[in-house]
Amino acid sequence: MDREVIVFKDVWVSYDGLHILKEINLVVKDHDFLGVIGPNGGGKSTLLKTILGLVKPTKGEIKVFGDTPHNSRKDVGYVPQYSLFDPNFPITVWDVVLMGRMGHTGLLKRYSEKDKKAALDALKTVEMLEYRDWQIGSLSGGQQQRVFIARAVVGDPKLLLLDEPTTGIDTVMRDEFYEMLEKLKAKMAIVMVSHDIGAVSVLVDKIACLNHTLYYHNSKELTPEDLDAAYQCPVDLIAHGVPHRVLKKH
Amino acid sequence: MMELLHYEFVRNAIAAGILASIACGIIGVYVVVKRIVFISGGIAHASFGGVGLGYYLGINPIFGVLPFSIASALSMGLVSKRSKIPEDTAIGILWALGMSIGIIFVSLTPGYAPDLMTYLFGNILTVPFSDVLLMLTLDTVIILVVYSFYKEFLALCFDEEFTEVLGVPAERLYLVLLCLIALTVVVLIRVVGIILVIALLTIPAALSRQFTADLKKMMMLSILFGAVFSIGGIWLSYLFDVPSGATIVLVMSLVYLVHSLVGGSGSKEQFE
Ligand SMILES: Nc1ncnc2c1ncn2[C@@H]1O[C@H](COP(=O)(O)OP(=O)(O)OP(=O)(O)O)[C@@H](O)[C@H]1O
Ligand SMILES: [Mg+2]
Repeated sequence: MDREVIVFKDVWVSYDGLHILKEINLVVKDHDFLGVIGPNGGGKSTLLKTILGLVKPTKGEIKVFGDTPHNSRKDVGYVPQYSLFDPNFPITVWDVVLMGRMGHTGLLKRYSEKDKKAALDALKTVEMLEYRDWQIGSLSGGQQQRVFIARAVVGDPKLLLLDEPTTGIDTVMRDEFYEMLEKLKAKMAIVMVSHDIGAVSVLVDKIACLNHTLYYHNSKELTPEDLDAAYQCPVDLIAHGVPHRVLKKH
Repeated sequence: MMELLHYEFVRNAIAAGILASIACGIIGVYVVVKRIVFISGGIAHASFGGVGLGYYLGINPIFGVLPFSIASALSMGLVSKRSKIPEDTAIGILWALGMSIGIIFVSLTPGYAPDLMTYLFGNILTVPFSDVLLMLTLDTVIILVVYSFYKEFLALCFDEEFTEVLGVPAERLYLVLLCLIALTVVVLIRVVGIILVIALLTIPAALSRQFTADLKKMMMLSILFGAVFSIGGIWLSYLFDVPSGATIVLVMSLVYLVHSLVGGSGSKEQFE
């Protein structure tokens, strides 16, 4: 029996009295790969931030690895949708990736050989090793995104949260990134927010649609009614046919 | 110039200049890369309340400044992080509040406030040996804390939200950083005074940034720049009998402007 990685029980989140997430109930287990789709402003990023404990629910209960989101951060890797940093900041790619090991290294300690080995491997995985001494802002947007992916996986997380991770990444790298996720799936649970419905439907095991309310049946299937309600426009759906795809009509 | 070293006040001035360069070299780099120049200016100016408190209580004003600058650092940090007041509004208010408290305390103090100007504009040539010792102590604290939390501070300055996600108590760390700025303000007050502290916190670090993209090297370089500028400034102010703090800041600003205009601007090309 796989253990429960994320449990949401009747979770509500609001900003300034406006409900962004309503009555969210969700269980993600070990080795689950959950894709989250939904319209802009639907609350997808907010959902991930709630799992990280960056946003506190106004009501309801969240458990991550059976503990509070705050206490479980060490085991969670995260690729934010936007990384707000100063492009001129004096830091190299290498130091950015090492940063992802901080939860393991602990306060007051220097990075160990093990940390450096992990950073090396992570940079190899995203094929950015040759850029290790570059200043982060001097890379292209897609290259930066690869570095942030490396920073997320370098800490050997047991849960990986990806907020539109393939934004700005070229198609070759995107396919390689998806292959990497296939491999990582064996070791961790993954929640990925994406607008790339085609890729999501091939890659993930389970799919949810979020527009303040979560449409989710603990499976890869969404009903046409779910999608219509979430996107508030007719979305064609072939959920039960082969191949399993969720496609949007253009 | 050598025979000047026979005077104790000159030796103290040089020691004070070097100790000030160490504090502002290290902390100034954080102020510049994290872009918290305004909050640092706020901490410095609000500390004037401590000068007033010191006069009012009849103690060495520096001992009034120390708790006051720490208190203003913590309140600025907490108000800007936790309340809904926009950060710059909060800083502006606390900045003025601290100064007003200082002015009221000074006016409540019977008699004339001796060398009040020293605290506002600095006078490195009148730093007593006891203050040199205090500066040495504060420098030691600053170095120890930065050495201990080097990687955490780097992460905090680069990406605060991600630092939090890593399980590092980012907000507390930010408050520690602001407290270090408060300590640096105390170290710098004797040299350039409250009004000009911000120059020492920013110019050497900003200049060193034009030479390197490595935080540690930036710190070393800005300590060096700070030391050269302050000793040069002391010498010039002695030579022309003009205020030392303002002379130091003038020298620094001119070098920075000239260097930036004469092609030091392309910091990006120097990164590999
Ligand atoms: N810090 C905040 N303060 C106030 N409102 C916020 C804040 N962050 C998000 N919101 C609001 O919450 C709603 C959901 O935002 P969120 O970023 O979660 O959407 P999303 O589904 O990730 O959208 P996108 O597809 O554009 O990334 C938006 O309407 C936004 O205005
Ligand atoms: Mg989003």
